[in-house]
Amino acid sequence: MKRHLLSAADLTRDDAELILSTAEELRSLADRPIKKLPALRGRTIVNLFFEDSTRTRISFEAAAKRLSADVINFSAKGSSLSKGESLKDTALTLEAMGADAVVVRHWASGAPHNLANAGWSRSSVINAGDGTHEHPTQALLDAFTMTRHLGPMDGRRVAIVGDVLHSRVARSNALLLHTLGAEVTLVAPPTLLPYGVDTWDVQTSYDLDAVLPKTDVVMMLRVQRERMNASYFPSVREYSRRYGLDARRMATLQDHAIVMHPGPMIRGMEITADVADSKRSVIVEQVTNGVAVRMAVLYLLLGGNEPALSTGEDPTGSAAEGENDA
Amino acid sequence: MTDYLIKKAQVLGGEPADLGIKDGRIVPPTEVSGAEIVEATGLIALPGLVDLHTHLREPGREDAETVETGTRAAAVGGFTAVHAMANTDPVADTAGVVEQVWRLGREAGHCDVFPVGAVTVGLAGERLAELGAMADSAARVRVFSDDGKCVSDPVLMRRALEYVKAFDGVIAQHAQEPRLTEEAQMNEGELSGRLGLRGWPAVAEEAIIARDCLLAAHVGSRLHVCHVSTAGSVEILRWAKALAAKQGGWSVTAEACPHHLLLTDELAATYDPIYKVNPPLRTQADVEAVREGLADGTIDIVATDHAPHPHEDKDCEWQAAAFGMLGLETALSIVQKTMVDPGLVDWAGVAERMSAVPARIGRLDGHGRPIAEGEPANLVLYDAAASHVVDPSELASLSRNTPYAGLELPGRVVATFLRGRPTVLDGKLC
Repeated sequence: MKRHLLSAADLTRDDAELILSTAEELRSLADRPIKKLPALRGRTIVNLFFEDSTRTRISFEAAAKRLSADVINFSAKGSSLSKGESLKDTALTLEAMGADAVVVRHWASGAPHNLANAGWSRSSVINAGDGTHEHPTQALLDAFTMTRHLGPMDGRRVAIVGDVLHSRVARSNALLLHTLGAEVTLVAPPTLLPYGVDTWDVQTSYDLDAVLPKTDVVMMLRVQRERMNASYFPSVREYSRRYGLDARRMATLQDHAIVMHPGPMIRGMEITADVADSKRSVIVEQVTNGVAVRMAVLYLLLGGNEPALSTGEDPTGSAAEGENDA
Repeated sequence: MTDYLIKKAQVLGGEPADLGIKDGRIVPPTEVSGAEIVEATGLIALPGLVDLHTHLREPGREDAETVETGTRAAAVGGFTAVHAMANTDPVADTAGVVEQVWRLGREAGHCDVFPVGAVTVGLAGERLAELGAMADSAARVRVFSDDGKCVSDPVLMRRALEYVKAFDGVIAQHAQEPRLTEEAQMNEGELSGRLGLRGWPAVAEEAIIARDCLLAAHVGSRLHVCHVSTAGSVEILRWAKALAAKQGGWSVTAEACPHHLLLTDELAATYDPIYKVNPPLRTQADVEAVREGLADGTIDIVATDHAPHPHEDKDCEWQAAAFGMLGLETALSIVQKTMVDPGLVDWAGVAERMSAVPARIGRLDGHGRPIAEGEPANLVLYDAAASHVVDPSELASLSRNTPYAGLELPGRVVATFLRGRPTVLDGKLC
């Protein structure tokens, strides 16, 4: 594996499978009375959040703590745009405090790349969501959840539905699922698909009803109401009618198909309450799996060269350099 | 004033010949006395370069560049005249500010500085600045531009094009439809979607160029298009120029920047804001179309859009960084690399595109003249056989935001003469 996790494209298939299998081992911890391993004792992990995201932050915090790492939460709400402390100075400060890994959430696409590559910092950088670019650990936890329900992803069909244009979750999922051999279809009104999406390793569709009966996974993305004001779609009602997942549409899914959502959901907009709370929905499980996957990422990036649990297989043989095409 | 005898210079890349310089003019070699000898064997002599698009940042952003440092950079790059863009603070929208910049240029003395006047008050795009007052001022402004911002209101653009006819002015348009480019960060293409950076679509440039050509044709005016960056823009200009040639009574000229001749949007994948510029770096197909347009005369000139920024404005997140890159000191090398070495233009063609025509567009008297007896001795001696690796710490500019750091570029400016006085000798500022 590379030293940083900036993009899902940083992961080779071997890397991704190693993370998923490590996460599977670590997930069993959640069922134990004492949910803690000594693996990262004495290591310091900083959660550096330039944008509010309580759920991602506490997921990383729980993951780090279960590995016995010391966790520092650094919420930097100001931005260079507002002439607060710059990303560089923040990075130098964390460096001076001896951070081993920095988990960064930032409103600017590419900010984790800057942290990792501008020479400001020697720590491992983990992208916890940057602008409208990527959110690789979300894609990993999504793939983990899918695998637990469906087995290996080769040839599986995944529909990602909603505001793909502004979604870092969609980008990372498209990349990772392709790496794992799945077939991804992005479903959205044409205004909410990125320019140049025809060059991605995905299918696209404007017609949710046509896609649902064939898919194994349907992943709904949040759609912000404000998009309506920028003419991405005419009204919330029209959006929901054409691209929302309701009981009628859910009934057209195959029996084994699952419904996912990275959260936070807007019930009544992209997903109805009865779908979100249905048996097909694995939305809550995604959260549980998020902790295990982030434990695996932290463990492997911070030099975990022994099995995470003493009974696991030896993961050291898979330190292949990933291709980065992003 | 010292006489100079330049030995065996290849004028426009031609046969070696000696040139005399006396009292600021070019004279036969026999007419100089006690002259200082400048050995120019193997060097190409070009007329002093003229930049139609330079940001000197003074007044207001003296932390990025001053007239003094910017004109030093210009001299090092072989320029004897630069047009200082109006987006200073305060904006160069009054006779007072343009005269200030013009005077600072005279005092610095490294090259002539011709201020560009703002088209609209404060670059706000709402009402015309006092264009006539700037034209009549000591700075004798002929080029007007809101560069950095587009004169997007079609009525205002029409009026500006009409109004400057009274003093043979030209409107230099920064062609960028503002609504199509809100918060735009890079070229809209395959890569912007992948990188999650807001796209700046080619159509936002092309639509304004097409509109402005039609406006200039309608009112019979002179239009200049800044920093052409897309293949579509080149096509529109090709069509517009053919139309202007047929109709007569109006004209359109256009410039390309060195960085749009060489660099592509692929560089944005580094998220290094050193490559953030406006208009953005485009695709390889655009680069090739711009080169072709510059070769066939669709694009008339090279202009640098030299845009200095202090380190902290580039050492940050892409989205937070300033647009713009340095250009004066590397322009001639980039043109050699992208146009001359591949055989698209010869050195006479370079002299046209980097000296004669920009001087004509700016209505400058003493610049862009042929290298001939009796003409002002504005000259650059250039070693096209040399090469150098760009080292930002060696730049004369106050800023360091060159996208070419570490790149090996062909050629080296050996000497620059401004009206017979060397501003650069042996590659060093005088």
